[in-house]
Amino acid sequence: MKVPISWLKDFVDITIPIEELARRLTLAGLEVEAIQYVGLPLPAGKVEGHTSGDSVLEINTSGIEWAADKIVVASVSEMTPHPNADRLVLCKLYDGEQEHVVLTGAPNLFPYKGIGQMEKPLKVAYAREGAQIYDGHQPGHILTTLERAKIRGFDSYSMICSEKELGISEDHEGVILLDEDAPVGAPLVEYMGDAVLDISILPNTARAASILGVAREVAALTGQPLKKDEGGRAKDEGGRMKDEGSSIDELLSIEIQNPQLNPRFVLGLIQDVQICPSPYKTQLRLKLAGMRPINNIVDATNYAMLELGEPLHAFDYDVLVGRIANSPHVKIITRTAKPGEKLTTLDGVERTLDEKTVLVCDTAGALSIAGVMGGAESEVYDASKEVLDAQGIEAKEGEMPGGKSSMRSQSTVNVLLEGAAWNFTNIRRTVRAQNLPSEASFRFSRGVHPAMAERGAKRGLELMQQWAGGVIVPGLVDNYPLPPITPTVAITPEDVKRWLGIELGIGEIKKILEALEFNCSLVADNCLLAAAPDHRLDIGEGITGKADLLEEIARIYGYERIPETRLSDELPPQRSNPALEREERIRDLLTKMGLHEVVSYRMTSIEREARLGMDLNPAAYVRLANPIASDRYVMRQSLLSSVMEVVERNARMRERMTLFEIGPLFIASEGGDPSTGSGQGLPNEPQRLAIVLTGPRGIPGWQPVDVTMMDFYDLKGVLVALLEELHVGQVSKPDEVGYRNPTYELPGNPTYEPAAHPIFHPGKQAKIQVGGRPIGVFGELHPLVRQNYDLPASPLLAAELDLDALLALIPERYESQPVPAYPPVLEDLALLVDESLPAERVAQVIRQAGGRIVTGVRLFDVYRGEKIGVGKKSLAYSLTYQAPDKTLADKDVAGIRTRIIRRLEQELSAVLRS
Amino acid sequence: MLERLAQIEQKALAALQFVQEEATLEAWRVAHLGRSSPLMTVFDGLGALPKEERPAIGKRANEVKKLLETALGERSETLRQAALKRSLEQEQLDVTLPGRPFPLGRLHPTTQTLREMFRVFGEMGFQVYRSREVETDEYNFQLLNFPPDHPARDMQDTFFIKSDDERGDNPLILRTHTSPGQIRAMREYSAANPDNPPPVRIILPGMCFRYEEVNARKDIQFNQLEVLAVGRGITFGDLKGTIADFARRMFGQNVRTRFRASYFPFTEPSAEVDVECFLCGGQGCPVCKGSGWLEIMGCGMVHPVVLRNGGYDPEKYSGFAAGIGPERVTMLRHHIEDIRYFWVNDLRFLEQF
Repeated sequence: MKVPISWLKDFVDITIPIEELARRLTLAGLEVEAIQYVGLPLPAGKVEGHTSGDSVLEINTSGIEWAADKIVVASVSEMTPHPNADRLVLCKLYDGEQEHVVLTGAPNLFPYKGIGQMEKPLKVAYAREGAQIYDGHQPGHILTTLERAKIRGFDSYSMICSEKELGISEDHEGVILLDEDAPVGAPLVEYMGDAVLDISILPNTARAASILGVAREVAALTGQPLKKDEGGRAKDEGGRMKDEGSSIDELLSIEIQNPQLNPRFVLGLIQDVQICPSPYKTQLRLKLAGMRPINNIVDATNYAMLELGEPLHAFDYDVLVGRIANSPHVKIITRTAKPGEKLTTLDGVERTLDEKTVLVCDTAGALSIAGVMGGAESEVYDASKEVLDAQGIEAKEGEMPGGKSSMRSQSTVNVLLEGAAWNFTNIRRTVRAQNLPSEASFRFSRGVHPAMAERGAKRGLELMQQWAGGVIVPGLVDNYPLPPITPTVAITPEDVKRWLGIELGIGEIKKILEALEFNCSLVADNCLLAAAPDHRLDIGEGITGKADLLEEIARIYGYERIPETRLSDELPPQRSNPALEREERIRDLLTKMGLHEVVSYRMTSIEREARLGMDLNPAAYVRLANPIASDRYVMRQSLLSSVMEVVERNARMRERMTLFEIGPLFIASEGGDPSTGSGQGLPNEPQRLAIVLTGPRGIPGWQPVDVTMMDFYDLKGVLVALLEELHVGQVSKPDEVGYRNPTYELPGNPTYEPAAHPIFHPGKQAKIQVGGRPIGVFGELHPLVRQNYDLPASPLLAAELDLDALLALIPERYESQPVPAYPPVLEDLALLVDESLPAERVAQVIRQAGGRIVTGVRLFDVYRGEKIGVGKKSLAYSLTYQAPDKTLADKDVAGIRTRIIRRLEQELSAVLRS
Repeated sequence: MLERLAQIEQKALAALQFVQEEATLEAWRVAHLGRSSPLMTVFDGLGALPKEERPAIGKRANEVKKLLETALGERSETLRQAALKRSLEQEQLDVTLPGRPFPLGRLHPTTQTLREMFRVFGEMGFQVYRSREVETDEYNFQLLNFPPDHPARDMQDTFFIKSDDERGDNPLILRTHTSPGQIRAMREYSAANPDNPPPVRIILPGMCFRYEEVNARKDIQFNQLEVLAVGRGITFGDLKGTIADFARRMFGQNVRTRFRASYFPFTEPSAEVDVECFLCGGQGCPVCKGSGWLEIMGCGMVHPVVLRNGGYDPEKYSGFAAGIGPERVTMLRHHIEDIRYFWVNDLRFLEQF
């Protein structure tokens, strides 16, 4: 919402500097995003420029100052052609002090070229020698100073200005022609200097989407009274009222079929208007407010809308009469569209409407889409101009909307003006359905109080008469079937203290609310009853209304004045969050081991995930109804797929990658998600941990390091370390003597067994289980799967673990072991076994046979070679014998060793190597 | 004989002066203190001396022996010192050569920021509450005081989930904020004791989604950390104080905060919070676009309708909520100019944190 300060001043006196005003509005919820200076002095003594804010203002500013002694209103009295330049005109003008002859090439002065002495002098914006203005011939805003120069033998030192040169608009097609009443010699800045606040309108500040709405806020914030009379002008300044002929009720009637959608509809009629451009000052205001001037009738509707917030619509009354065979009575009907009903809107588009769209119709059919856009046929028409619609959209050449140019040769003379109230959610829906945002629908889709319909219509008629002459048919036709309830809210100083933490007296609360035009009455000792004013739809009832009032009180009192306090309320019961704490522990462990955490997009495509070759159920995908990109239309079902894409993306830059991600998958569920207990059809969101390793083991430097490629066992090392550090399965307790079951003997210990997952190399993969419960799989990526990715040749190790299952296996606490007081006995054991025998089996037998005395079984060598024969391998173990309560004697150890070797020979056919 | 001993001493000491290495020192020891050295032969010959001469000669010979041994020890120490000095001088490293690279792992920058926020709020008694990412319209909007087709929904463009069932006004969506967790948490806590529900002090972190054109400042996916406090005497002043404390801990002890009136359907009064730009101290710089202030969060008093929907009677309870963007905070603190870096996972980006 662009708000020219001059317009604001029609409603409220501005008693503080513009920048301070902008700051206060911003803090009170009307965020001023920018200030554009149009003639008025910029802060900090700058002549012009675009700052991106500064530390004092905190708001972006732009624009140019018009020096009072250099840029003035002048009157052109005579125009002659330049003797030796066809495209230049010499203007004799008076600037209040002396006469000057000024050279100009402005196209809009060409018609006056040979006219000589003017009958009626033209008023222009005149820049004297030394004035600083923008260069009209250069793009953007380049400041230039007028200096004396010879142009085609003519002494030029000053200029008649265009809007671009004065920073009003980008228009450099002609010079500004001021209204006739502009005072000659007056500094232009005094006559029409301005500054424009650009205010962002939030959904609850729709009431401020007008000059009056902002003025109300300014009045409340600065303690100034609001000038209630629109524009501060006397009404009906000499305007003619029709006092003969039919009364308005004979000419017009209104039928509202659904008051919920259309609580009020008001019509007014003005006759014998003459369509022409609006006065310059009107055009200027519209431009500064961001709208294009069209003609005096359309401008009047837009001006009234900007001023009061009530969008109006003007119909060509004679077109409506013509549609019903010149019957003397026009009946307006508002109703929802029939299935498949069509209407050509004034942008020339034939639109098919759905059954929720509300239409303004007459007995012959639809005229406009209520509150959104007018129809082409009944639009106000200016025969002297290109066909433009009310929103200023130019009709395309050769396709006049609705063929109206061929049907109508005459400009509109009688105008039917609509002011109405619509259901804002319905309008919002229609705007979205038709994709038709406009200034009108912006307001109607946020809520305009029905009280404004009458006020807007009156103001529109008044402005039309002021600018286009004509006679207003007395009275309005007003159908108002559903006036809104005026919410009345009780509020006490206790409420204010309880919610805001400040002590305000009842008088102070009343003062704030009355400044916002609430109707307040004291009902009990300390209780105020506040009724919402008739321009607000954002105030609720009961406890919601109370919250609404508290917000108003806080805003106007000033958020900055509310003191900061620390929570003194009761501290809630403190709870631990094991899932989060354990998850964070996993992150810490993996980063300790040198892995990098990544976080990927949750959205992907089935094709992208299919590259990983997993068996994913297409029906289990959570699919987006409105995907933003063709490769992101489902929620992921594989976390590893996300990490693989990260690997691929980085493969050109990094040979060595060690990555992990923790996050949810999305699995569509039938019949509801038990975790929410709601059965609402929500998908499951299981958490996963994915790990990928690839590249050389060590980081190459200037000294030799192990740069062989990481393999299966690197990843296994990470996983084993992770599970050990998480103490998964470790719950053993020492017995009375201090012997403890070695942790590896427990059923809850992780096991690693060959697996058959399709994404991994069939011989290089394993599944992890804890107590028989699967935790995940890992291995080297299958060569056929890796072909689907743009990756270098080194092996790629990957794991995807069920994080929820893993988290559940982490014990709440674990126990430490005492450091042994007696020396251990260390011994090596080399065994010859069949190649096919898993090493873990050997270790298992050693542990079982060794019992609790054997506290360490460490494999330190695996050997294959001719020496031991084909199909055999040698496994060498370092054994630790340790007792908690004594030094072991040789005979103690010898007995156990014999037992171990015997079991190995019997159960595994192992042969002891000597 | 005494004369001979004097000669032996003199000769040995003189020779010792020429010994420069440990190896020749051993040769000197053999020559002058060894079994067949002149000194030892004197000892050997003691028995052959007249009885009355023996004590004097013996005493003297022992003195010489002791003297030579001491000299040997000293010489040996001197030579060791010299050798050590020589070797230390030869073992000069080029200290400018790079160290051996160490394979460090790192947490994602957002994780790091979230953890810091968890810590700061944790110390104020706020605990982490996490909830699901796919939500119902009811939880994400309706229960938070966004009626269907309300203009406030324009503030949060939404991803919808396809559904086989007819869901009417309650489609499945990707949550647009972590606020549905407010309802889930309040309902969970109030269900246990509906007549007298316990106070709430939680933070709700997690990934959120908006249907938006991706650019340097906005992405379709982003984290949010929401703060929720509900109790019997919580005020807007408490909100200001809590947020100001948080801002000082996150951004600097002297950082000021500014509250601007704003609008969110689920809070009222609502505010946007700016912190004084901690990069330029409020003087104006490119990051704060010269304004001296950085917008860091939206907040407000929990709307009575939301309290009621959570099972808390708004006539008895009040509370505040605030929503912070961890990525935005990370961007501000590390001068990251493009939010798209976060989920693309270019290691050249991630390795900087």
